[in-house]
Amino acid sequence: MAGRRKQPWLRAGLYLTLLIFAFLYIYPFLLELGTSFKSETDSVNNPVNPIPRNWVVSAFTTLGQQDFPRWFMNSVVVAVFVTAGRILFDSMAGYALARLRFRGRSAVFAAIIAVMAVPGVVLLIPKFLVIRTLGIYDTYPGLIIPLLADATGVFIMKQFFESIPASIEEAAKIDGAGMFRVFWSVVLPMARPALMALTILSFQGSWNDFSDILIAHENPALDTLTTGVGRLVSGQLGAATQYPLKLAAAVAMTIPVAIVFFVFQKYILRTGQGALKE
Amino acid sequence: MATRQLAPPERRAPGTQGVRRRHRARRREAAAGWLFTAPAIVALVVFLVVPIVMAAWVSVSDWSGIGSPISGGVRTVGMANYEALLTQSGLAQQDLGLSIRDNLYYVLFVVPLQTALALALAIVVSRKALRGRGFFRTAFYFPSVTSSVAVSMIFLFLFADTGVINGALGYLGVHGPSWFSDPNGLVHMIASDAGITPPSALTSHGLLGVSWWDWLAGPSVAMVTLIVLAIWTTSGTFMLLFLPALYSISEQVEEAAIVDGAGAWTRFRRITLPLIRPALFLVLTLGLIGTWQVFDQVFLITQGNPAGTTLTPAYLAYQVSFGDQQWGQGAAIAFILFAIIVIFTVLQRLVLREHDSPTQARGRRPWSGG
Repeated sequence: MAGRRKQPWLRAGLYLTLLIFAFLYIYPFLLELGTSFKSETDSVNNPVNPIPRNWVVSAFTTLGQQDFPRWFMNSVVVAVFVTAGRILFDSMAGYALARLRFRGRSAVFAAIIAVMAVPGVVLLIPKFLVIRTLGIYDTYPGLIIPLLADATGVFIMKQFFESIPASIEEAAKIDGAGMFRVFWSVVLPMARPALMALTILSFQGSWNDFSDILIAHENPALDTLTTGVGRLVSGQLGAATQYPLKLAAAVAMTIPVAIVFFVFQKYILRTGQGALKE
Repeated sequence: MATRQLAPPERRAPGTQGVRRRHRARRREAAAGWLFTAPAIVALVVFLVVPIVMAAWVSVSDWSGIGSPISGGVRTVGMANYEALLTQSGLAQQDLGLSIRDNLYYVLFVVPLQTALALALAIVVSRKALRGRGFFRTAFYFPSVTSSVAVSMIFLFLFADTGVINGALGYLGVHGPSWFSDPNGLVHMIASDAGITPPSALTSHGLLGVSWWDWLAGPSVAMVTLIVLAIWTTSGTFMLLFLPALYSISEQVEEAAIVDGAGAWTRFRRITLPLIRPALFLVLTLGLIGTWQVFDQVFLITQGNPAGTTLTPAYLAYQVSFGDQQWGQGAAIAFILFAIIVIFTVLQRLVLREHDSPTQARGRRPWSGG
């Protein structure tokens, strides 16, 4: 402390540098938000100033007339089902791997670790092949089920269950409760912090997912926000500027994850720490 | 795990009835174990293991995308798809060469810069004396939360010809480039400014259909935008991975070093860096794996243009299979990419192991961050 007080200029410099960096991280979002309320010409003539000359909502009304509402609904459907499915399956598997003794347990765990190491993008074509062979290409299950394979989530839950004492479930087991009863009414409620983190990660991951959704369908009616906007931009909108429209789409798709982020911030920041601590 | 074993399994319970009951309980537990893991295992096998096997088959087949790849009409073509990419000169080989070159520059710039920035941000944000820590942490992390599509929209606008960056450069009297359509490599630009003409020794020979001179081009101006985007988006994520390691450095150690007269740089080199080695290893590994997989931004922003200077193997695999319907070749590119990632990860381990320090013996695993 004493050392720091001696160098007020150093401290001021530190804060100034930090503020400049914070500006670099925040300013693009301000531009995104401001430009989405600009007119086309305003966005081209005054790109640097995030505040519109006159506020217009034409970009948003144009979006509303497009397939945008449908994409939004599809995103909600995918994110909700994927999140719910992952919570159930990951916690079940994580619990079994942490607590239940069965032959082959360590082999299963080793396999999950191995699977986590396979890069996702490498699997795009392979996944498409399986989705087609199973006959779920261009269907909602085809968008949702592949995303349920989540080795990382199983790993997180296993780590968590190993960190809490087993005595409470042991008591429930001695009372004669069935295995699934114990899991459902004793274990799961205790796992709330980890489930919270898993919920956020899964929701964010599936809401933002682009490539997996892209290869699972070609019917435009099944587009989510990411693929819908993505196709719009790389296709018909590609050459046109239309920045207010593009950025309005970006704003609209960011709002749900932003809400989740700000509400559950402390869980997210804790996950990053917990994950590394083992 | 072991703590929950109430009694050693060998211990004889009084009476055979007790043994039988325990035996039954054990069997029930084993059944439940498989039942509980079954959904996750099925999902992982069907969507991760089976796909790899199927793609391996497609990569040595002539499947044209019609019907099922495992139907009778599909024939094997041996290693022809791999040969077309690796040994036969032609367009396929050249595209692969370009994609590897472009991605290599992307990795070379993004990984060190994002790691250094993430570490710097984490060190500052972890200081207890800092005011507004929560604000700064949120500001730096927020880009990690937004989707690649939204971030790509923002960067399309930032780096547009009439966009924000060029507007800001205009205030400074600099005429900014056409970011997304400028294929000139940075190294080539510096070379031509210095008056260096391409030596024929480099232009007449090459690797994978790309001349040595072009291998040395450096990232193109268009690629620079993707590099900036990656650093901006991921440094917050990796900052988060550094934080717990930094928090775990005890204040006594820091203070003792200050009393001993160690300067800030010495303390960083001798105390902070050795103690955060596991986290650093994790960040580098994740960064390396992630940067070799860049796909979304290429698809959304440049589609590999201009002049193939933003191609990546991941995007090329997609384009060749979904676009040109050359599934065998696309699958082969995916496997080549897989091999590249494995090689780089192994190389990185070897390099980091050479400078091994006792602190690493604590044995943290690279996958511990999920």
